[in-house]
Amino acid sequence: MGWLDRERTIAPPGFNRWLVPPAALAVHLCIGQAYATSVYKTALVKHFGASLTEIGVIFSIAIVMLGLSAAIMGTWVDKNGPRKAMFTSAVFWASGFLIGSLGIFSSQLWLVYLGYGFIGGIGLGIGYISPVSTLIKWFPDRPGLATGMAIMGFGGGALIASPVSTALLKMYDPNSGAKGWIASGDSVGKLFLTLAVLYLAYMMFGAFTIKVPADGWKPAGFDPSKVKAATLVTTDNVSAKNAVKTRQFWLVWVALFCNVTAGIGILEQAAPMIQDFFRQSDGVSLVSAAVAAGFVGLLSIGNMSGRFAWSATSDVTGRKRIYMMYLGVGAVLYAVLALAGSTSTFLYVALAFIIISFYGGGFSTAPAYLRDLFGTFQVGAIHGRLLTAWSAAGIAGPLIVNAFLDAQGKPGQLTAASYQPALLTMVGLLVIGFVANLLVNPVDARFHEPRPDRVRSEESALEA
Amino acid sequence: MSTAQTSVNPSTGKLVIAWALVGVPLGYGVYETLTRVAALFG
Repeated sequence: MGWLDRERTIAPPGFNRWLVPPAALAVHLCIGQAYATSVYKTALVKHFGASLTEIGVIFSIAIVMLGLSAAIMGTWVDKNGPRKAMFTSAVFWASGFLIGSLGIFSSQLWLVYLGYGFIGGIGLGIGYISPVSTLIKWFPDRPGLATGMAIMGFGGGALIASPVSTALLKMYDPNSGAKGWIASGDSVGKLFLTLAVLYLAYMMFGAFTIKVPADGWKPAGFDPSKVKAATLVTTDNVSAKNAVKTRQFWLVWVALFCNVTAGIGILEQAAPMIQDFFRQSDGVSLVSAAVAAGFVGLLSIGNMSGRFAWSATSDVTGRKRIYMMYLGVGAVLYAVLALAGSTSTFLYVALAFIIISFYGGGFSTAPAYLRDLFGTFQVGAIHGRLLTAWSAAGIAGPLIVNAFLDAQGKPGQLTAASYQPALLTMVGLLVIGFVANLLVNPVDARFHEPRPDRVRSEESALEA
Repeated sequence: MSTAQTSVNPSTGKLVIAWALVGVPLGYGVYETLTRVAALFG
């Protein structure tokens, strides 16, 4: 399969670099479906006669596999190039759906765990990191903008998958018009088959559109010395193996972990939380279920737009400063939400929207931050290792929120005050992340890869 | 070695198709979501 090799994907002269972001977006929009599993969650509970937790495990396995495969396969992705990585990701992601559908048709839940969770999760991890290093190389002048465009797709994928999946379930289930309708297992199986075919085709479009720049390529008018003018930006390179030995990697890891944990705290509980915040003394909430669903949709848009807007802004402000905003301003907004969020729905919605945009921004700015600190050499592999912070936050965030809420009362009886301990804990976490980010400084030269020009000049000096 | 590209072939047709393939579904998703969001302000 030599046609997938990096050497076969080198762009010819005159190739327009603006073809690369849609190729990356095609992959991220597909794997972003992972955030739309709630569409068929109830249907699977009914079909398998399982609990919500047992069905939720499917998603949990997928996210854990995302982090693990990104960390383990990062170096392979950097070495083999984006086309082979996207192709592999597409095969895993589509196979996940196919095996998952087999599990649904045969009523074998373990097959759904294996398919969508384990195999699909590997596709998620490889797909997520596959275009990152290529985009950074194509856009050395605007790395934040470039990675923001791609990673925005992961937030946007659910916006597409939700309505499309709902429409397909209605089409496949003859009882869809019934009152209180829950989709049949058969219709979810058919949905999985359809998504497998659609996503495979879309991701192949991405795989065969993407190209890597030739060695030494740079955009017209780009002056690397201007980029270097920023204190934290290096023109040296650090390998993935060495990067994890640096203090800077772990400080960024802590900053990302804190930012994601805090964001997940709101995302996980979004719909019940807004209803609980505006629950009256008679136990009835001023916010209906339909309005709460609208709020969840608004947060999805905040998450997606934050990924693009804040990451693009970081090209102007610098990565460290924008992380100070995510974590510092985020902590203040979280505190206001905890203490005064219940005074007005507008205030509550505005605060949550900005907080979630910071959550998304943290994800999309991370690759450019790593590029600044460690260079472009193995930035994809380093990014893969950093994503373990996401997996850890995916466990810590819901655990913190649920543990506090369980101690406060039962669902349906909670009020704004019930959320204060959890939210104020998140404020503390954001402050820790803020301090970690503040401590980030340039990587010590002993971690840098040898530079050919320096080796040559040292040899010349010796010969002289 | 530096091979700076000073003149870039616009490849307009390819660009339009590539961006439409991702932009149209994304626009549809945002539109569908905004119709749900309307309930929040209704």
